Amino acid sequence: MSAEVTPVRGGRSRRLGRFIEPLVLLTPGFAFYAVLVAAPVLLVSSYAFATRGRFGGVEWTWDLSNFERALEPIYLEVLRSSVVLAGIATLVALLLGYPTAYAITKLPPRWRTVALVLVVVPFWTNFLIRMYAWIVLLNTQGVLNDALVATGLVEDRVSMLYTPAAVVVGFVYAYLPLMILPLYASLEKIDSELLEASANLGASRIRTLWSVMVPLTLPGIITGSILVFVPSLGNFVVPELLGGGKTVMVGNLIRDQFLKAQDWPFGSVLAMVVVVALVVLFTAQAWVTRRVEGEPRHG
Amino acid sequence: MLWLPLLLCGAFLYVPILVIVGMSFNDGGSAYSWDGFGFRWYGELAGNGRLRSAVATSLVVAAGATLLATVLGTLLAVGLARHTRSRLLEASAMAPAILPDLLLAIGLLAFFHAASISKSASTILLAHAAFGTAFVVAVVRARLAGMDVAQEEASRDLGAGAVATFLRVTLPSIAPAVVAGALLVFTLSLDEFVIAYFTAGPTTQTLPIAVYSMVRVGVTPEINALATVLVVVSVAVVVVAARAVRRTEKA
Repeated sequence: MSAEVTPVRGGRSRRLGRFIEPLVLLTPGFAFYAVLVAAPVLLVSSYAFATRGRFGGVEWTWDLSNFERALEPIYLEVLRSSVVLAGIATLVALLLGYPTAYAITKLPPRWRTVALVLVVVPFWTNFLIRMYAWIVLLNTQGVLNDALVATGLVEDRVSMLYTPAAVVVGFVYAYLPLMILPLYASLEKIDSELLEASANLGASRIRTLWSVMVPLTLPGIITGSILVFVPSLGNFVVPELLGGGKTVMVGNLIRDQFLKAQDWPFGSVLAMVVVVALVVLFTAQAWVTRRVEGEPRHG
Repeated sequence: MLWLPLLLCGAFLYVPILVIVGMSFNDGGSAYSWDGFGFRWYGELAGNGRLRSAVATSLVVAAGATLLATVLGTLLAVGLARHTRSRLLEASAMAPAILPDLLLAIGLLAFFHAASISKSASTILLAHAAFGTAFVVAVVRARLAGMDVAQEEASRDLGAGAVATFLRVTLPSIAPAVVAGALLVFTLSLDEFVIAYFTAGPTTQTLPIAVYSMVRVGVTPEINALATVLVVVSVAVVVVAARAVRRTEKA
């Protein structure tokens, strides 16, 4: 505030203002972060080296016993299946999103905006409601089964809910817009003359796709994939609602350690494992993006 | 061939929503089979006191979180843009938006416990303000990056103080971004489940928490009606927000 009452007269008060202004602007926000973001994250990180007390609570043993426990086959299996399910969801979203994003770039400009808005609108409706919609659709009594039976594709109603496939569908549905938007941004930048040149030089369409389009849109592919993979990996809502509790992912495990088993140190270790995996992923993304976009642009 | 992916993707994204909207006008007692048109479930929904109070809690939490996040985020963004070139500070200011929600959720649960702060709607409000601030920083910072500092310097050279310059010169020109950031935080907070679930008191229910407990128990046609209302509201908010932002940008 003192900066306000000092008019510009001498260089000294102005210089004092130059020192106080950033403090006034930056301190409240960073102080807020220090308490509500940094302290909680540091607390959980240090819990990873503690042990669950005999009556719940946390004992500061400062050892790695919980990390050893996380390497037991049963937990490794949960980690593996989490990565596999989130990975499959990412792949499906990419295979569905890439042609869609490409088709949008070929629309007339006005319709492009409309299509992009239509892609985003479901994303702005409540996440739980969107998962609920799939419970209704996939249920044995649900609309999809009605349609399958009516068209004669199946004779008996199939149970599609509460399967790993339903979990994958849930992830794809939840995060598809996050795949399409970066893909669109990358695809839009491609010079169509490059594709024509590739065709003129005798490359097949598959070859053009693989050797020209994919390398040029790699940053978009990676960004989109991370935006789908990351929230899927730590998710506990979708496995619970669409997997019916039969599909246990690392997010469910962490949630249960904190809210049911009251083993906060073990839950923290699992969370740290996920965080380390994500850091590796982000580092790889930054590296690839720099390599692709750092190259001089063609043409 | 190009229409095929558009059609497929469109169907995938919209059929589930349309089915729910259609079934919400089902007069029968089942969430699956159609028994004629009616508004029965909207009536049930209107009479659901638990949901009404959940909506009220959500609105209070979102409003408080938005206010706090918008003030802190705007100050941070201006401070970062005008007074430092530190990329570390910049990255830390946006970090809460990138942090996995589950990590923040368990962190805050442990933190509130360790600090003996009992969980309530206020703890959710603080938690939402924390990640909301990062989103405001991201939006406002982007706007500031494309702005000329000449006006601010002119204001200072003509004798206006730092606060006067901030209020009369900087703030008006970043207003569209501040509004956009605030709207973003408000909608994110209304929709946020994971962090709210971990930081809510035993009796606190925001709308997503209430929906979660309803969905987990089973499928009732009442959720169809609720879903339809929420879809209509969120589409309306997106349209209104887009228009508001465009108008303030033109002005």
